Amino acid sequence: MQSVKEFFGTFMLTELLKGMRLTGRHLFEAKYTLEYPEEKAPQSPRFRGLHALRRYPNGEERCIACKLCEAVCPALAITIDSEQREDGTRRTTRYDIDLFKCIYCGFCEESCPVDSIVETRIHEYHFEERGEQIMTKQDLLAVGDKYEEQLFKDRAADAPYR
Amino acid sequence: MNALIELSWITAKIVALIVPLFLAVAYMTYAERKVISSMQLRRGPNRVGWHGLLQPFADALKLLMKEVVLPQNANRFLFVLAPMLSIMPALAAWAVLPLADGLVIADVNAGLLYVLAMTSMGVYGIILAGWASNSKYALLGALRAGAQVVSYEIAMGFALVGVLMAAGSLNMGEIIQAQQGPIWNWFWLPLLPLFVVYWISGVAETNRLPFDVAEGESEIVAGFHVEYSGMAFAIFFLAEYANMILISGLAAILFLGGWYSPFEGLPLLGPLFDWVPGLVWFLLKVCLFLFLYIWFRGTFPRYRYDQIMRLGWKVLIPVTVVWLIVVAGLSLGEVGPWFS
Amino acid sequence: MIEKAIFYFFAAVLLLAATLVVTARNPVHSALSLVLAFFSSAALWLLIEAEFLGIALVLVYVGAVMVLFLFVVMMLDINLSVMREGFARYLPLGVLVGLVMVLQMLLVIGAGVVDLVPEEQVAAAGALDGNNIRLLGSVLYTVYVYPFELAAIVLLLAIIAAIMLTHRRRGDTKHQDIAAQVRTRKADRLRMVRMPSERDSDS
Repeated sequence: MQSVKEFFGTFMLTELLKGMRLTGRHLFEAKYTLEYPEEKAPQSPRFRGLHALRRYPNGEERCIACKLCEAVCPALAITIDSEQREDGTRRTTRYDIDLFKCIYCGFCEESCPVDSIVETRIHEYHFEERGEQIMTKQDLLAVGDKYEEQLFKDRAADAPYR
Repeated sequence: MNALIELSWITAKIVALIVPLFLAVAYMTYAERKVISSMQLRRGPNRVGWHGLLQPFADALKLLMKEVVLPQNANRFLFVLAPMLSIMPALAAWAVLPLADGLVIADVNAGLLYVLAMTSMGVYGIILAGWASNSKYALLGALRAGAQVVSYEIAMGFALVGVLMAAGSLNMGEIIQAQQGPIWNWFWLPLLPLFVVYWISGVAETNRLPFDVAEGESEIVAGFHVEYSGMAFAIFFLAEYANMILISGLAAILFLGGWYSPFEGLPLLGPLFDWVPGLVWFLLKVCLFLFLYIWFRGTFPRYRYDQIMRLGWKVLIPVTVVWLIVVAGLSLGEVGPWFS
Repeated sequence: MIEKAIFYFFAAVLLLAATLVVTARNPVHSALSLVLAFFSSAALWLLIEAEFLGIALVLVYVGAVMVLFLFVVMMLDINLSVMREGFARYLPLGVLVGLVMVLQMLLVIGAGVVDLVPEEQVAAAGALDGNNIRLLGSVLYTVYVYPFELAAIVLLLAIIAAIMLTHRRRGDTKHQDIAAQVRTRKADRLRMVRMPSERDSDS
């Protein structure tokens, strides 16, 4: 009996029709697509995008050239030179991040004792010429200055979980 | 002088058919992308023009601007010839398809045979493309396509023999006239198994999913047209879609009564739809089959090569042969409105 | 006038293609020239309004036979120089065969219509008003029905023989029974077992 039923089921193409019913139903369902440049998916405050160097509110740069980030960076993307300033503090003279090498793991941010190097939410950037992928200290500080407000808020939101 | 006028008249008719056909091909690609994306809960192209309606033209322009790369050690002559050989039969077969009552380029007596002969020519483009590219993937794809098309031609031919027996004519116009009447007078009902077989082999014949082993992008990259780029590739693309429309048009003519309205001759509904021209009904039927093509693509996974062969030879051909005998019996017994 | 021009055009193409079949260096080109030859002879048949024959030629020879031919030729690894070695040696024999064939053709054409079937019988079948195909069918199934059926049986035998020759199952190869695979249900393959959860022995 079962085999007879299966025989006719095969010839009536029932399983194919079942499959087509499923796809046919999906045809009329609401779509999941986000129209990207106009609509954007929500971002977490922990989003790891373009890097930035932060400053203290008084304008002094936070980085103390401890080179922890350089040491922890798995892609060897960070290069730091440092020297002693006249007031006796140690500061960086050079802080380069090669964005082609960087894998955006966020280890530099986690290793930083003074919350200087951070990763912002910026992810829509591009380079047009060779060499532009190296972010120098000036570039990083400029990004930090520009997005300080957002950065501060994100750090504050994440603080209870650190 | 007279001959010249006649010649230009024929040319005008051909142009009047080909231009809308190419437009239809362009929007078929658009419809395919839209419908498939809808089935996958995406939106599909919607950037170029209103709801992406200009997308086909953007694609065509892009392909036109691209370089046609001639592979090293390829057979130059055949490499260029192959795309032409694949589009030529796809267009030539349209000559005998009546779009509406009397609206046909050539009213040939052996119309059905002619279509069959033309569709069987299409395989040369594929085989030559595969061989001339001098590439392993292309050759594999060409071999698969060749074997597949030749095999399914037999099942398709048998299905058409059923139509021929039912209509008693090879002329397309007469085949449609034999189906005059409402929807249950059309041949799809008495020839239902043949209809299904015809449609399956039609899908296989055009190398569409789920029978697209000739392209098989996940195993042999793109099959016979791996080495083609730019306009040469676009011509293969055109040929594939023109073939799909051709197969759909044939299905509408042979099994769904061509230009007849589904309510033809009914007491109340018949006159209600009298104002709709036959061409519209025909196009609606063609669209139905084209949608089925897309629906299949959105639903079924690809067959394995040996399973395709098994289906063609061991399932479809026996089914058609059995049903041909049934049709002969029905025809002798003058059953129903179809065989009287 | 125009018809004549078309005839000569197709005849010229046919002759050219036929010559290429023999002279082309590449076997694939030879096969393709043969396709062209078939196609132009089909066109010639269409010119004398034998549309069924013409289209059937395209359908059978161009659409099916030559595809298989091409297949084989494409798959073969032919060494052309070896093939050409004996050309001069076999030339006299080839010429002889060609001459005999020409002679036979002349005889057939010279003798007029072959007298296998009474002329008037064919004419009677042909008197049926109708198109070429109907005419052909009525002749095939009335006057020539026995030879026709005989030919059909011979073809059937050939098909069966070919299948018998190739269709054998070797015992040592693995093959699948797709119908059986499709028919399997969950219960055939999966057994649900109830068992107590295990513990480490030392605890």
